[in-house]
Amino acid sequence: MRVMQGTFSHLPDLTDEEIELQIRYALSQGWAVGVEYTDDPHPRNFLWEMWGLPMFDEQDPKAILSEIDSCRQTYPNHYVRVTAFDASYGRQTMGLAFIVHRPPEEPGFRMQRQELNDRHIAYTFEPYVTERPEGQRYSSDGSGVA
Amino acid sequence: MSQDGETKRWDPGVIPYAQMGYYEPDYVPKDTDMLSAFRVSPQPGVPPEEAAAAVAGESSTATWTVVWTDRLTTYTHYQAKCYDYEKVPGKDNQYIAYIAHDLDLFEEGSIANMTSSIIGNVFGFKALKALRLEDQRIPPHYIKTFQGPAHGIVMEREYLNKFGRPLLGCTVKPKLGLSAKNYGRVVYEALKGGLDFTKDDENINSQPFMRWRDRYLHAMEAVNKAMEKTGEIKGHYLNVTAPTMEEMYKRAEFAKELGTVIIMIDLTVGYTAMQSIAKYARDNGMILHLHRAGHATYTRPKDHGVNFRVIAKWCRLAGVDHIHAGTAVGKLEGDPNMVHGYYETCRRLNLKRDPKYGILFDQDWVSMPGTMPVASGGIHAGQTHDLLHYLGEDSVLQFGGGTIGHPMGIAAGAEANRVAVEAMVKARNEGRDFHMEGPQILDQAAKHCRSLQVALDTWGSITFDYENTDTPDLAATPSS
Repeated sequence: MRVMQGTFSHLPDLTDEEIELQIRYALSQGWAVGVEYTDDPHPRNFLWEMWGLPMFDEQDPKAILSEIDSCRQTYPNHYVRVTAFDASYGRQTMGLAFIVHRPPEEPGFRMQRQELNDRHIAYTFEPYVTERPEGQRYSSDGSGVA
Repeated sequence: MSQDGETKRWDPGVIPYAQMGYYEPDYVPKDTDMLSAFRVSPQPGVPPEEAAAAVAGESSTATWTVVWTDRLTTYTHYQAKCYDYEKVPGKDNQYIAYIAHDLDLFEEGSIANMTSSIIGNVFGFKALKALRLEDQRIPPHYIKTFQGPAHGIVMEREYLNKFGRPLLGCTVKPKLGLSAKNYGRVVYEALKGGLDFTKDDENINSQPFMRWRDRYLHAMEAVNKAMEKTGEIKGHYLNVTAPTMEEMYKRAEFAKELGTVIIMIDLTVGYTAMQSIAKYARDNGMILHLHRAGHATYTRPKDHGVNFRVIAKWCRLAGVDHIHAGTAVGKLEGDPNMVHGYYETCRRLNLKRDPKYGILFDQDWVSMPGTMPVASGGIHAGQTHDLLHYLGEDSVLQFGGGTIGHPMGIAAGAEANRVAVEAMVKARNEGRDFHMEGPQILDQAAKHCRSLQVALDTWGSITFDYENTDTPDLAATPSS
């Protein structure tokens, strides 16, 4: 399966040139670009780890791209996303958030149904990979290396 | 009448409203006043200031004759005042009257009370041929007495973890007759294919062919299964509209227990029910969608009724997170400029008077979160560039027929719509003139998405180019 989170997940993976254009757009809006990574893609996990702070003062798209690259190289078996934070009054939330790197395989989610009274079912989700400890997911031998 | 033949304010009988203090051209509205702009069409022979004064009078303290009991009150305080009027260009005998109501006239936080004054008796008044409430400036002091949207646009995006693009929805079709299991199938396919939301239609409540509880159970199985397949948060607007408030709470409570992210109501439930369920939605973490069922009976006539812009303001105050606000390009009424004005009314924190968009007052929402406008009715993937251009990013685009009618199936239809929207947003961000280049952008995106290609082949040339009945006419260039 393919995790469909983020602004552009239904399009082919963005090339570095395309990522740079989105970064330029974010900077033109006055947004702060950040990089985040995780190996827990649960749809309600909004707390991906931060690759440093949002780059509030960085205006050079190339410098931001190199941060993205460093993160991808450090965490090849994680998801990496680019975020753009809009601090303007009335927003103060993300203006854009899109995945720029995925683990080599995406095994997906287990949905569990807990059958309650009167046909009422309670649902929970778990990414198959989160059975393993953080950092040891998304690899065949559990080592964290693809 | 006094001895010199002049009518005095307290003489028994009938005297013109304008003479009773309801027309005061020198009045300077206070920051705390409720200001209303009425389109007034007087009967022949009724002067405009008298017609406007009658509107002020009948929407506040006046009755048809002088009553001495007014003198037991500080009546000048409670009288609404027409402080200005202007002729509508291109119309023989039609005016926009600006009327100020003191805030004291309204119960705090009550749409029902405020509207019972503003649109209560006055719309049937014989001295007027027709009357339409075009816009209102709601003072910040009054806004702060309302809850407002249960969550608002920002919280909705954070809750759903979806940023930077319009959200996508689809109303389940056929809207009547599907069994719960077949209904769930449509929900599942549409969400799995790429939509964020599916939706009960306005007239799906609890009928013999599908009772509410069965629908909720099957829809939520579909929602959860689609989340499993895509790894993203999905929702189905569970319509809790019901004959009584008790029944609405019962349905909303079950929806909450099932873990839905969103419920819905119809405008036909009324403002008090809307405010009650908005409070429930906030207390229980559910987004509240409003379908504006029935609105066109009073919003569409150009000379009479209530402009949708005003209904949108009332609904934002009452506390809905979503409201249907037109498409500009689809099958339902809506001039693009007017629709743009409705959208901005729903979601901006500050509005400036701009008659081009039908906006007649500055409006400060004093930090009340925005309501997400929803486009629904005859829209399809081939219009994505128009939709993004006219409606913007903070909107829900609902492709009903444009999803379910796809020749390759519902999931393919959903995928086509999602790919079209993501491709258009990407192109916009890349600095392309997406509105002009829209068709090329879609063709390029379709090269890697066959379902989009098929959607474009099927609907690409469908438009609904009929004349709109409601167009701005106070702009520099009147359009009708």
